[in-house]
Amino acid sequence: MIKVPTLAECMAEGRTPEILFWVGCAGSFDERAKKITKAFVKLLDNAKVDFAVLGAEESCSGDPAKRAGNEFLFQMQAMTNIEVMNAYEVKKIVTTCPHCFNTLKNEYPELGGTFEVIHHTQLLRDLLDEGKMTIEEGTFKGKRITYHDPCYLGRANNIYEAPRELIQKLDAELVEMKSCKSRGLCCGAGGAQMFKEPEQGNKDINIERTEQALETKPDIIAAGCPFCNTMLSDGVKNKEKEDSLPVLDLAEMIATAKDL
Amino acid sequence: MLIVLLPNILFTLLLIVALGFFARNVSKIKNNINLGKDIDRSDNPKARWGNMARIALGQSKMVKRPIAGILHVVVYVGFILINIELLEIIVDGILGTHRVFAPFLGGFYNVLIATFEVLAALVLVAVIVFWCRRNVIRIQRFWKDEMKGWPKFDADIILYFEVVLMGLFLLMNGTDLAIQTNFPSAVHYAQAGSFPVSQYLLPLFEDTNLDKLILIERTAWWLHIFGILCFLNYLYYSKHLHILLAFPNTYFANLNAKGRFANNANVTAEVQLMLDPSADPYATSDDTAEVDKFGASDVMDLNKVQLLNAYTCTECGRCTSECPANQTGKILSPRKIMMDTRDRLTEVGDNIIKNKGTFVADKKQLLGDYISHEELWACTSCNACVEACPVDIDPLSIIMNMRQYLVMEESAAPTDLNNMMSNIENNGAPWPFNQQDRANWAKEL
Repeated sequence: MIKVPTLAECMAEGRTPEILFWVGCAGSFDERAKKITKAFVKLLDNAKVDFAVLGAEESCSGDPAKRAGNEFLFQMQAMTNIEVMNAYEVKKIVTTCPHCFNTLKNEYPELGGTFEVIHHTQLLRDLLDEGKMTIEEGTFKGKRITYHDPCYLGRANNIYEAPRELIQKLDAELVEMKSCKSRGLCCGAGGAQMFKEPEQGNKDINIERTEQALETKPDIIAAGCPFCNTMLSDGVKNKEKEDSLPVLDLAEMIATAKDL
Repeated sequence: MLIVLLPNILFTLLLIVALGFFARNVSKIKNNINLGKDIDRSDNPKARWGNMARIALGQSKMVKRPIAGILHVVVYVGFILINIELLEIIVDGILGTHRVFAPFLGGFYNVLIATFEVLAALVLVAVIVFWCRRNVIRIQRFWKDEMKGWPKFDADIILYFEVVLMGLFLLMNGTDLAIQTNFPSAVHYAQAGSFPVSQYLLPLFEDTNLDKLILIERTAWWLHIFGILCFLNYLYYSKHLHILLAFPNTYFANLNAKGRFANNANVTAEVQLMLDPSADPYATSDDTAEVDKFGASDVMDLNKVQLLNAYTCTECGRCTSECPANQTGKILSPRKIMMDTRDRLTEVGDNIIKNKGTFVADKKQLLGDYISHEELWACTSCNACVEACPVDIDPLSIIMNMRQYLVMEESAAPTDLNNMMSNIENNGAPWPFNQQDRANWAKEL
């Protein structure tokens, strides 16, 4: 049993945790994404990272509202969240969701919230590099893993290497899809598409992306975003491969490798 | 005397008229871009010059697709260097001289002319390959819906222009060489230049007499410079302005992380007022100033850089070929967003000229009459189009501005998105879950 402290509890105890884990809406409520949240928390606990969450004081970052065009709602969310985090004197934030990551990192400063924001794959890479966390070899050794670049981590913020380094540290074989890194194909969920039906076309975007992934004949599809994870899992189901081809977040893989 | 000077006078007049027309078109473009809203891109000039040097001058994003990229570099280098020769042609035209630079440059002149000849031949090859890519191989991105009709024809015209210009340049040199070789006593045609390519035209002119050679040489010379001046003035009516505008466009491009979407400052003021318990709710009620609309429904609502983007677009379609929505058959095409913006902007500009300086409402706007709701809602905001653009055009920002108008001014979002937004408003999450339950997962550890 891991105790996950909230910032309110920390404040009551008179301590300021080093880093806030921004869980995000998907990580809080979506059944699939909650598994990623839990895996990541196990890793944080294992590496003795001094962290806390906002709990019920966390609210949507506003990303889907902004991409949908509702700047009012976005800024209301942003300013409210900023007020809460500034009150707790938050300095550093880690998040498992590239959408929250991008919004907090890039769009909050102009509204009064300046924090150091990192993606969980960056934190995990740093923990490994600094020797605060180790990976036991075995589980993923030699497995073919293809990594899907989330748009809001890759193109939007030029973070391509941290997730790939993690795959290499798992001693797995990284295989690239035909469009990867800065030319990575979107999973279809960005820009608030996650919450609506796609427009009329001849294929769904997640199916196209899943087909690109399947071309690499992977054992595992790795993702670093809860929305990409959902889209690709649906794509794999559509191809009736859900029993043989897992779609996993990098945090889940490392937690599995560490038998947590 | 006048008859002797006639060609010089004609040439000078032609030059003045052509440059005058060009200047008029440049000022039209400038006025139209100035219809946009101000945007401050004066920060970080060092990075901006760097961007321009790398992306526009150095073609760094062009060569990411190596075949088209390298061929483009050939045409681009050819275009720039052969323009040095243009200088000599203009001086010759005005003064009635022939190869006026030759005596000053000596042996280097031969190197220059030889280089131009080789480049001209390479440009010819590249342009023919480009034509084949469009018309024989029929690469998909050149055949999308928005390319039907004029855009397709426009693209081909440019290629024909270049073939004709390069052909005339080589013919002019070839006949010059024939005169120099076969009629060394022709005073006007001094021995000058080195002709590694057009020398192969010599056999064609073995039996041609001097008068005919001079006639062909002069005709080619005149048609060549006339063609260049036509090309210069065709730019405004074509999609080809990128040869000039790529430079300012890359200078004024967005330097921030692509994920950072512009903050709408009008909204910030209102939201701050709403969230501030001490604010006087009536404080602004006397303010008679016209309230800016939220987002964009027409070109005047866009900013100047977005309008510059529209004129810079050369319709290569790399954005559209990388767009996930377009790849899966949706009607969204980022290139069409740029073409529509440019076409509407030209229409608005012409309207203003016609009505002597004021825009008279024409019951049309960019949103709806050019760009449909369906296109806007198909975007995943993935930034693939922005990344793909060889000259840093940003179609995504226009899409986002128009979505803002749809949502904040017209409440015209798709129902699913309205549900998502009311969930955020009520529960602080895009799904209907209770905010108090956000940390329930922690009990399952």
